[in-house]
Amino acid sequence: MTRPLHLAVALDGAGWHPSAWRLPTARPTELLTAGYWVDLARRAEEGLLDLVTFEDAFALQSTSTTGPDHRTDRVRGRLDAVLVAARVAPLTQHVGLVPTATVTHTEPFHVSKAIATLDYVSEGRGGWRPQVSARPEEVALFGRREVWGDPFVDDEATRALVRDLFEEAGDAVEVVRRLWDSWEDGAEIRDVASGRFVDRDQLHYVDFEGRFFSVRGPSITPRPPQGQPVVVALAHAEVPRAFAARSADVVLITPADNASATAQVAEIVAVRRDAGRTGVDHVFGELVVLLDDDQARADERWAQLEAWSGEPFTSDAEVFVGTPQGLADLLLARAEAGLTGFRLRPAALPQDLDAIVDGLVPELQRRGAFRTAYEAGTLRDRLGLERPANRYATGGTR
Amino acid sequence: MSTPRKQVHLAAHFPGVNNTTVWSDPQAGSHIEFSSFRHLAQTAERGLFDFFFLAEGLRLREQNGEIYDLDVVGRPDTFTVLSALAAITDRLGLAGTVSSTFNEPYEVARQFATLDHLSAGRAAWNVVTSWDAFTGENFRRGGYLPQEERYSRAQHFLDAAFALFDTWDGDEVLADRAGGEFLSRPDVGTFSHHDQHFAIDGAFSTPRSPQGRPVIFQAGDSDEGREFAAATADAIFTRHATYDAGRAFYADVKGRLAAHGRRPEQLVVLPAATFVLGDTDAEAEEIAQQVRLQQVSGATAIKLAEQLWNTDLSDLDPDGPPPSFDPVVGENTIAKGRASVRMHKDPVATAREWRAKAEAEHLSLRELIVETTNRQTFVGTASTVAQAIDDHVQADVCDGYILVPHITPGGLDRFVDEVVPLLQERGVFRTAYEGATLREHLGLGAAPRVMRSDVSTGALS
Ligand SMILES: Cc1cc2nc3c(=O)[nH]c(=O)nc-3n(C[C@H](O)[C@H](O)[C@H](O)COP(=O)(O)O)c2cc1C
Repeated sequence: MTRPLHLAVALDGAGWHPSAWRLPTARPTELLTAGYWVDLARRAEEGLLDLVTFEDAFALQSTSTTGPDHRTDRVRGRLDAVLVAARVAPLTQHVGLVPTATVTHTEPFHVSKAIATLDYVSEGRGGWRPQVSARPEEVALFGRREVWGDPFVDDEATRALVRDLFEEAGDAVEVVRRLWDSWEDGAEIRDVASGRFVDRDQLHYVDFEGRFFSVRGPSITPRPPQGQPVVVALAHAEVPRAFAARSADVVLITPADNASATAQVAEIVAVRRDAGRTGVDHVFGELVVLLDDDQARADERWAQLEAWSGEPFTSDAEVFVGTPQGLADLLLARAEAGLTGFRLRPAALPQDLDAIVDGLVPELQRRGAFRTAYEAGTLRDRLGLERPANRYATGGTR
Repeated sequence: MSTPRKQVHLAAHFPGVNNTTVWSDPQAGSHIEFSSFRHLAQTAERGLFDFFFLAEGLRLREQNGEIYDLDVVGRPDTFTVLSALAAITDRLGLAGTVSSTFNEPYEVARQFATLDHLSAGRAAWNVVTSWDAFTGENFRRGGYLPQEERYSRAQHFLDAAFALFDTWDGDEVLADRAGGEFLSRPDVGTFSHHDQHFAIDGAFSTPRSPQGRPVIFQAGDSDEGREFAAATADAIFTRHATYDAGRAFYADVKGRLAAHGRRPEQLVVLPAATFVLGDTDAEAEEIAQQVRLQQVSGATAIKLAEQLWNTDLSDLDPDGPPPSFDPVVGENTIAKGRASVRMHKDPVATAREWRAKAEAEHLSLRELIVETTNRQTFVGTASTVAQAIDDHVQADVCDGYILVPHITPGGLDRFVDEVVPLLQERGVFRTAYEGATLREHLGLGAAPRVMRSDVSTGALS
């Protein structure tokens, strides 16, 4: 029997193809309204998906790697992803909500309590996609660091910068995780006899000291429902792969074929082993998808998007244009390489999300490769991840 | 013909981490589960309140080098919980305290612009200027801000945020499918802001929000704080709620507006107020006394006394007399992370007053603390309380109140069921929301705008 897959959908603007906003099915004037995001998340929930992610970055969208591109033909403008996820939370019940929050310019203390709170408002469905902000223009938005050059130039100085950014990201995730554990689960005792609301012996200073920052703790927010919300990280190159393997519960990779998927999974497993990480974890494959009932219609729609765009679509991830049946074949074949699930990036929203829910999901269900109902539980439960023990718990506390 | 009566503004504060909150009451629920926030916010909206209000603390308080464990400890992230509340309310304003010291303007501006979008124009920002190194230890920037620079940073922080909010005019998204033009102009969001605190450049990623900018609150009491409010804020959150102190504060802050070219109605004065309701005034007074004893246990009395005496009093009997010695004066305070650390301006004089009072009225230390820290503003039947609120507002003690219930989350239920209808009968409180945005609820006009330097203003002048 086929092992059931996990499925995530990456939500961003009007979809991942830059011309998607021009399709008749698109809702380009609603991208900044709550209703748009609520509808997308509810749709994902109708498809019984494990989770949705919300993309984000501090800088305005741009095709340039170093600054605004001043283009008027593409979607520009976006909302803070953590707040979007929180806005959706009370209006959904099952789907995991995983916003991007960058680590390069943010305070780990703030990120930690924001994601913990997302976990509270979603009753255990919160996650976090930590991301570095490598673009020099984002540095200028904060004015706190030395502005650096084009992060996509391949020279030693840039490579050193990228290594530093990911080392700092590793520290940021470590601090956030420590802060989530800084309250033991039973720290709130409400002991009327002694008048104590909390047991201070169950609150812990995290005392992180690193190359980039230090943080004392404890958090102001009690340990969230999942203990540790689910950390999801994209690993599209070697340095980010090492970071994601060490820091994330779900690693997203962008293999071009089965052979590279197999190699990347092995690399991730090795890094995890070296870092002493144990337990069940996930490696998901990333795909940009455009789906239609038949291949010709899918090709036609893709061609239309490309014609509008005037330049070929490029992506770090593989692009699939075809039918739900074809995609199901591809996913099941890819899974052979050791992938436990996929994060699909719909080329156009809501159209390709609809096709995932109405086409791909039933197809996978027919093949016994996807759930047919949600079971109760947290996002961790859905992913088969244990609720982590608290690193500070001493065991026999009162 | 009678002149129209001044309208009362009401808001709900989710009780925070001080001894106002009675967590030991069997009716007290969670301070962290979303269901509690939902209950209070929906009750406030049922009562047609202007807004729901959240305080902020960025480090667990300590006293005598130990985490303070007697009051409620722990709270959620302000932005995240307000955004979730936007999903289950329609009109209620959503106000959050966010420090201008432990944040950066680009990020905060983006979060507030997002909240304003996601709530369709209901966001408010209470700008606080907490500065201490104790809190700074939780942040990568570390350290702290010299106390005398906090309002300077706050002002420049706001200037920068306002510039960012105004980078988009609000009509740029064309989404013209046929023509292929998503935007009407190529330079959207572009800004450059340089001053003594911030040097930032780029393009703001979040288009103009329904209110243009969030409603700005100020909470702080120093002369500098009041000037900051007069120059910049739309509303002020104060602890001066009693008749005389309120009238003095109100006259003072409203009097400062003209110098900044603003009119008195452009700053709404809202003190924090507590209340206790009963079927009779006598019953309410009795309940109030019980609540005070719940708020100030013997252990809490010792802790509060330590804050004035600034020394370890853990050996003292709360049922005995107050300390016979003077407070320890100095920079190093025994309590850390409390907004009220500097509450006692002249601790020695205050302690002497308190001792004299205890002696004259035969009060134990605990009774003394109950008396001196009593913050119950309104006690009585619904009708007594409605009348008192109306009288205070008509007398310019304030423009309304931010109510702080002592029970979470049901502490506002009875107020909304019983006091609100009486205020409506008196013709001083709305019977339906008239506006959609928080600015409209508060009677504030359109938000002022920063002139973009690249826009010619010649035609307007
Ligand atoms: C009614 C009121 C509420 C306040 N709430 C907060 C708060 O939630 N978080 C915080 O850090 N400071 C809070 N403060 C502290 C002030 O914002 C301010 O930082 C402090 O009082 C120093 O300013 P000042 O010297 O002008 O009073 C509050 C102050 C007042 C008067």
